[in-house]
Amino acid sequence: MGKVTGFKEYKREDFGYQRVGERITHFKEFTIAMPKDDVEKQAARCMECGVPFCHSSYGCPLANIIPQFNDLIYTDKWESAFRNLMSTNNFPEFTGRVCPAICETACVLGINDEPVAIKNIEYAIIEKAYEKGWMKTLSKEKQTGKKVAIIGSGPAGLAAADQLNKAGHEITVYEKEKRIGGLLRYGIPNFKLDKKDVVQRRIDIMIEEGINFIPEVNVGVDISINELDKEFDAIIVCIGAGKPRDLPIINRDAKGIHFAMDFLAQNNSILECEIFNEQEKISAKGKKVLVIGGGDTGSDCVGTSIRQGAKSVMQIELLSKPPLSRTEEMPWPKFPRIFKLSTSQSEGCDLEFDVLSKSFIKNETGHLIGVNCVKIKWDGQNFKEIDGSEFVIEADLVLLAMGFVGPSQDCVIENFNLKIDQRTNIEAINYKTSVPKIFSCGDSRRGQSLIVWAIFEGRECAVVVDEFLMNKKSMLNRSNKSLYEL
Amino acid sequence: MGHNYLPKAEGLYDPRFEKDACGVGFVANIKGVKSHEIIQKGIELLINLEHRGAVGAEKNSGDGAGILVQMPDKFFRKIAMLQNINLPSFGNYAVGVVFIPRDPEGGLECQTIVENCILELGLDFLGWRKVPTDNSSLGDSVKSTEPHIYHIFVAKPNHIIDSDAFERKLYVARKYIQTEVTSSDIKSNEYFYIPSLSYKTILYKGQLITAQLPLFFADLNDKDFESAIALVHSRFSTNTFPSWPLAQPFRYLAHNGEINTLRGNINWMRARQSLIESNLFSQDDLDKIYPYLINEKTGSDSSILDNVVELLTLAGRTLPHVMTMMIPEAWEKDKQNNKEIRDFYEYHATLMEPWDGPASLAFTDGKFVGATLDRNGLRPSRYILTKDDILVMASEQGAIYFPPEDVLLKGRLQPGKMFLVNLDEGRIVPDIEIKTMLAKGHPYGEWLDELKISLDNLPLNNQVKQPNHKTILRRQKCYGYTIEDLKTIIAPMAKDGYEAIGSMGNDATLPVLSNKAVNLFNYFHQLFAQVTNPPIDPIREESVMSLVSFIGQQGNLFEQNKKTKKFIELPQPILTNENLEKLRGINESNFKAITIDLLFDVKTIGSMEQRLVAVRNAALTAVQNGFQVIILSTRGVDKKHAAIPSLLAISAVHHHLVEHGMRTNCGIVIECGDAREVHHFATLIGYGANAINPYLAFETIEDLRKRTLIDEHLSSENATKNYINAIEKGLLKIMSKMGISTIQSYTGAQIFEAVGLSDEVVAKYFKGTASRLSGIGINEIEAEVLICHEVAFSEDNVESTDLSVGGLYSYRQRGEKHQYTPENIFLLQQSARTNDYEVFKQYSKTLDYQADNLLNLRGLLDFKKQAPISIDEVESVEEIRKRFATGAMSYGSISLEAHQTMAIAMNAIGAKSNTGEGGEDPLRFKPFANGDNANSSIKQVASGRFGVTMNYLVNAKEIQIKMAQGAKPGEGGQLPGDKVDDIIGKTRYSTPGVGLISPPPHHDIYSIEDLKQLIHDLKNANKEARISVKLVSEVGVGTIAAGVAKAHSDVILISGYDGGTGASPQTSIKHTGLPWELGLAEAHQTLVKNGLRSRIVLQTDGQLKTGRDIVIATLLGAEEWGVATSALIVEGCIMMRKCHLNTCPVGIATQDPELRAKYKGKPEHIINYITFLAMEIRELMAELGFRTINEMVGRVDKLEARKNITHPKAKHLKLERLLHGVHIRSTDSNYCSSSQEHGIENAMDNQLIEMAKESILNGTKTYNDIIITNVNRTLGTLLSSEVTRKYGENGLPNNTIHFKMKGSAGQSFGAFLTSGITFEVEGEVNDYVGKGLCGGRIIVYPSKNSSFEPKNNVIIGNVAFYGATSGEAYIYGLAGERFAVRNSGANIVTETLGDHGCEYMTGGNVVVLGEIGKNFAAGMSGGIAYIYDVNNNQSLKINSAMVYLESINSESENTKLKTMIENHFEFTSSKTAKTILENWETAKTQFIKVIPKEYKKVLQKNEQKCAQANIKVQG
Repeated sequence: MGKVTGFKEYKREDFGYQRVGERITHFKEFTIAMPKDDVEKQAARCMECGVPFCHSSYGCPLANIIPQFNDLIYTDKWESAFRNLMSTNNFPEFTGRVCPAICETACVLGINDEPVAIKNIEYAIIEKAYEKGWMKTLSKEKQTGKKVAIIGSGPAGLAAADQLNKAGHEITVYEKEKRIGGLLRYGIPNFKLDKKDVVQRRIDIMIEEGINFIPEVNVGVDISINELDKEFDAIIVCIGAGKPRDLPIINRDAKGIHFAMDFLAQNNSILECEIFNEQEKISAKGKKVLVIGGGDTGSDCVGTSIRQGAKSVMQIELLSKPPLSRTEEMPWPKFPRIFKLSTSQSEGCDLEFDVLSKSFIKNETGHLIGVNCVKIKWDGQNFKEIDGSEFVIEADLVLLAMGFVGPSQDCVIENFNLKIDQRTNIEAINYKTSVPKIFSCGDSRRGQSLIVWAIFEGRECAVVVDEFLMNKKSMLNRSNKSLYEL
Repeated sequence: MGHNYLPKAEGLYDPRFEKDACGVGFVANIKGVKSHEIIQKGIELLINLEHRGAVGAEKNSGDGAGILVQMPDKFFRKIAMLQNINLPSFGNYAVGVVFIPRDPEGGLECQTIVENCILELGLDFLGWRKVPTDNSSLGDSVKSTEPHIYHIFVAKPNHIIDSDAFERKLYVARKYIQTEVTSSDIKSNEYFYIPSLSYKTILYKGQLITAQLPLFFADLNDKDFESAIALVHSRFSTNTFPSWPLAQPFRYLAHNGEINTLRGNINWMRARQSLIESNLFSQDDLDKIYPYLINEKTGSDSSILDNVVELLTLAGRTLPHVMTMMIPEAWEKDKQNNKEIRDFYEYHATLMEPWDGPASLAFTDGKFVGATLDRNGLRPSRYILTKDDILVMASEQGAIYFPPEDVLLKGRLQPGKMFLVNLDEGRIVPDIEIKTMLAKGHPYGEWLDELKISLDNLPLNNQVKQPNHKTILRRQKCYGYTIEDLKTIIAPMAKDGYEAIGSMGNDATLPVLSNKAVNLFNYFHQLFAQVTNPPIDPIREESVMSLVSFIGQQGNLFEQNKKTKKFIELPQPILTNENLEKLRGINESNFKAITIDLLFDVKTIGSMEQRLVAVRNAALTAVQNGFQVIILSTRGVDKKHAAIPSLLAISAVHHHLVEHGMRTNCGIVIECGDAREVHHFATLIGYGANAINPYLAFETIEDLRKRTLIDEHLSSENATKNYINAIEKGLLKIMSKMGISTIQSYTGAQIFEAVGLSDEVVAKYFKGTASRLSGIGINEIEAEVLICHEVAFSEDNVESTDLSVGGLYSYRQRGEKHQYTPENIFLLQQSARTNDYEVFKQYSKTLDYQADNLLNLRGLLDFKKQAPISIDEVESVEEIRKRFATGAMSYGSISLEAHQTMAIAMNAIGAKSNTGEGGEDPLRFKPFANGDNANSSIKQVASGRFGVTMNYLVNAKEIQIKMAQGAKPGEGGQLPGDKVDDIIGKTRYSTPGVGLISPPPHHDIYSIEDLKQLIHDLKNANKEARISVKLVSEVGVGTIAAGVAKAHSDVILISGYDGGTGASPQTSIKHTGLPWELGLAEAHQTLVKNGLRSRIVLQTDGQLKTGRDIVIATLLGAEEWGVATSALIVEGCIMMRKCHLNTCPVGIATQDPELRAKYKGKPEHIINYITFLAMEIRELMAELGFRTINEMVGRVDKLEARKNITHPKAKHLKLERLLHGVHIRSTDSNYCSSSQEHGIENAMDNQLIEMAKESILNGTKTYNDIIITNVNRTLGTLLSSEVTRKYGENGLPNNTIHFKMKGSAGQSFGAFLTSGITFEVEGEVNDYVGKGLCGGRIIVYPSKNSSFEPKNNVIIGNVAFYGATSGEAYIYGLAGERFAVRNSGANIVTETLGDHGCEYMTGGNVVVLGEIGKNFAAGMSGGIAYIYDVNNNQSLKINSAMVYLESINSESENTKLKTMIENHFEFTSSKTAKTILENWETAKTQFIKVIPKEYKKVLQKNEQKCAQANIKVQG
């Protein structure tokens, strides 16, 4: 293990951020990484637990071997740490930026101290690898002659593609949008995950490694199922869970009400020089923005709105404000629902909890001018409106960020004739859909979730597909199973 | 078929593991004058050794007693005349003793065979005599197996030239008869046995209590029955089964001890058959001897030892010669012996491996009588010679009374030394004379010089294979190397030269339950010594250990001549690549090496076994063709070829060669890629490897070094050297766990138990290995090899750039399965903290339902549920909770907070907590102001005896003797100085800042009768407390448990191997001992079989976690249960496994105040947990239909093996033996329903207490004169306990109670003698005097009437003042071995002492006015010893690893020393003291002051502190 008494000697330090005033002037990433020595000290805080909870069902789904790479970093074996990290995680450059780091909330040090800064260490490792040129195109050692189509280029699709490509199969990834990356590209603001410098950087490597990316093809519309079926030995459907939850209250038809993802995707597209006409454009500039929904997507809307120059930004949430630290109901090592001001929220936004939106208010032109709200009181699973607490929030742009309810591309599901489950996700037991040789993974299978889970699903699905194709035990790494299993 | 005196194997009981230990001794007239008096004295001696024997389930059934004497010629002439037999002159006839089956028909047939065989061999058969016996005093069980006992008379025919030839023929006859009877189908032939058939000696023995011997055999009372020698033996067997033939003595010897290497010795004897030729025996004779030579399948180790002694003696060596070669002293490192003697030993070492183990042997051939002690000298042997030539040698002194004025000499046998009487010459022959004479017998040195090849001098004919770094990862994968192997195992060894330390228990699954390919090595569990023999401390007692081994052909064991073949001597068994190539390229005439590869084709299933068979045959052919070195090699693994596991290959070849009698013609060397950790090397050697070249481990080290994963400044050479060093230390440790000192006898000794290998694999390739559950076959082993091979060589494997995570030592996803997972640790903590039974049920579900996730043996069991009852009818939660104990965790290994929480919780619910071995603060003995009671009910007594005072003992409800610890059975422990803070120092009665060592053995328990003694001592110390003995599960633990029950323990705890530890070498945690399921079931089955179960409470622990676990434990036989790891988890432990680093982040296993502040556990949490367990138990009881726990104990009929197991390995397991139900005797019960008889009421102490009544009541003075004998054991302990109960730690003022005693004191004299009591002895004392002395004063001096010189005569026994904490003692005379071991505060003056004096001492002062033995002050970390070195010869005998030798340098010290010597003079009138005092100014400069380095540093620091404090005060 690293330093036996490291956790006693060093305090947790996090990456710095650009000052708010500075960072809201641009859409670039604004974290300031740590010097190498400091990262090594942070790694020294890892206790290399006998039972590392970071690396359990409470922690990282990918089962990143966190204690080991921490130790390697502490002992200045960065390249080994990089190899170690890559053996379980295809995209540490993504998770190192945007993962909520459940590994950290499960960290044993977190019982009575600040957990190890695992996510930052991960970030530092992968960026060092790019800097040093360790992260490079790998030549494909073998070719099986099997062809796999992957529909959807989000994190699940990319992970599956990367894995199956390594296993020697010929991979084609279809993407309905213009650019590759799905949610990574369109959903997450550029200031959290840079599209060119980070996402495309990786896509480029994958292209060089021989993966065939075909954007702007909407499977089921632009290309028929039959064609795919003929050409490919296996098909993986990983189309995400992009269908947003709506808020069907009075005056929902008012102009100025948008789904968060439409807003965020467009902003990212603009940054990548796509041009939209004014009708299409959703801009917060000079507007009073109300974000409905207190989650991460909501926060992304807040940050984006601020950067676009909103007059004011407010965010409301139906649920109560979470406690500031763990309570008995949220014991370690469970992921705690605790209140933490997101970086976007701290850039200047009013935040209110226990607010129910009753109806939108529109003006005579049909344009939104506000929302009628009421304060509520929660009693277990149920809430009651508080009499007399009705109030109006003035707003001319509402962004709905209330979660997602399943895959949005019904065309694929219908065309493939895939069974769906009760939650309208694609039913795929052990990643196998109801249709032979068609597999599914990621949000479209498990429902809206984290990027790290999407990567997990892509990797696990790849193993199943590999075994299906080759009819023998796969040599791809899995999260929970060793290659040495009988 | 073999002898069947013992019951057949049944369930987990196997008679192979029966043990015995004993009282042994002889009486002789050294001038050879025969008399009946000698017989009478012999019997008297025997009867006075009775307390060393044992009685079984019936009081009148003993374990065996016997007497071996010279042929009583006069007596037999009388008898023969009466029977009309014409007896030739002495030397020309023999009388044999024959046990004939009682079955009339069978008996007759046996008699016919006896006569026919004798005639067939050309001897004259003169007739039978029915030996008069009287069995009226015998118990029923013994009577039922009593044979008819006959004498036979045989005469020497004329064609046999002399008596020696006659004796040899008699021997052949005896063997031949036994073979013929045994191989016949005669009814009851298993009862047939010939105790002796000789012209020189005759043996009377039987399954008797000592006192029954003269009653049973009327012959012994006949005045004409005369001998100059009477060698006697009283047996303490672990079993209670009648076994007449196993009573001792045997034909040549009586043995007190145990041969640990027996399995190997037997194999080696068989292995050398082809090399045995003799002029004295014809081939026909040899053919008759062989089938029965060592084939006594159910013979005891002692009987087999006797067989070989007999054979070698008859083959032409003298008896002393044979004893010296079989049980050599520690010659390897002994610089005191001259070269000739060392050459003698070395020559014989090339002929035969030592028979290793604790042994005190008395032997006679009718002409010589003598005794020898093994190199460790762990069995006491004392002797006394009177002025009228009577010599008495016995396990203890005083067994026969002689008036002091008649005594000429009192002595003791020293380790490795021989004591011999030559009756012809009428004198005692000193050891050095015997050895010198033997050494001069032949020019051994010249022979050795000519034939010995040293590896260093061999030319390097081959190129050394260089590491191949490109393929290293691939080859590592091929052998299943993991990241942990590199980081946890190999790197620390290469860096530090030590195995890494780990902590907590092993909760990883057994290899056979693992879902992964597991190294074959890991299926083997190391066995270890407990109770019946002691483990050794390989570090502090290094002088007795040896790793020297030989490669090459052994000579003819029967001939004492120059060997014809060369041989290589290896200083240790690990070969570097260069040394291997030297060996491979050896090109001497008559000395050649051959390499046989172990590669097989990966494509064809079954080809591994084909190759294995081919390898075996190739090896045999090679040996037959004259190759002396067989190198088995795994080199050359590639895509198409995998390698046979090295262990499988080595064992298969070794056994094949043994079976063909060719094994001793060659050395087997293994060149292998798979061996990397110490355990691997131990198994390879244990199954026959003479040397090992772990080339891949070497390459790995080099690779790690290059990748800077080991210290980059370390040179390649040093890294390899360190690694080999670490293996050496590890091997010594593993050997010493079993009490084995030399690798030569460890080689092939197979001291392992296999778990999960099929009976077929074991029978074919690991013959003789204990394996009780069957398991995977050769094809599954092949499959495991192939999986690793596939990972390594598959083209598909494109992404794994590193080794697998392993996960054996820490929990890892993708790693090995563990019982504790992040998930259930959380659930357990959450349930206990929130008192939520539902959450607890979620927790237990993760462990109880093991359908696809096998975790432990109990996971393979199912309940047979029938006839459920309402839960309301079941015993209450409150009652069930009382049966729980928390495990022994010392304050020191865990924090005060964690320790007290447990005690408070357990006391609150009437359950028990355990102090662990670190003592306990007396402040805790009374409840706190808030009512919390933190006094641990169970007080542990471990080998270190830390804090074991009378006050500690009287405050116990149970006293637990820790024989072994699950995580590291057979090993001692060490608490580094920085962990010994002020409070820990105080509770352990040691100096803060000074490190503490717990020795591997209890130095007062070297055998079962010693344990019996300690149990008795502790019962005396606190007669209200239960005495418990903690054992660890291993094969044979059942027979040990039976022995412990017979030693009157009230409770036996069977711990699983998976129990926790605060610090232990990683491979010990993993590879030693077995799961509790096996040990518990075996113990219960064996106790029931012996009718002993009702006397004893059986308890178990070891990763017990859920109600189901406990119900299964109960059904397998335990009525009480311990939890430890789970209790810690409830307190907040998250299994960091960092206990040994003092960095526990939750404040449990740490003494760091900052971390202790983080401790969050509460007594309620533990109470909640125990309550949940009880609730779960009740639910299951209701389902199973049990109302009470007692009803449920041992009901294995309610368990069955789970059906439909699909696990590829586990499905092969067979659990019948585990689930075997043994018939319960009508007088016994399945659970503890009666109590042991401790005999406290008969103790002499009751009289002492009566005499000292007034003193105890009101502190007035008492003085009394009393007479004592050696049967008054543990004198003063009961008295001390009465004083302590009233006066606590401080006792009474000095000398309040003074007893002046005369005579021979028994063992444990003055044990735990407390302040205010003075014991003054005029006479002598036996072993363990002043054990645990705490404040009392002991004075011993010889009888005023004796005429011998006191300073040259032995006056006290071995292991005196062991674990003394305070008090004083003055000994005028010689003391035995291991004087003042672990003394932590007593001040003692003695004249001289034996080997290993002041070992592990931590405090107090010891003054020695005469000679010290070898290895003085080993492991001494505190206190001071002053040695009078008038002849300037003592310093070499001091083990200076931890101490400085200085002279007295201060006035205060001068005064202290002088006062002690003045006291000594005042109390004992010592002449030595007088002389010293008279010349004090000179004398004081002649003292060597022995002061531990660490201790000195701390003393200096304290002085500085005081000085600074003074300055401050002054300032």
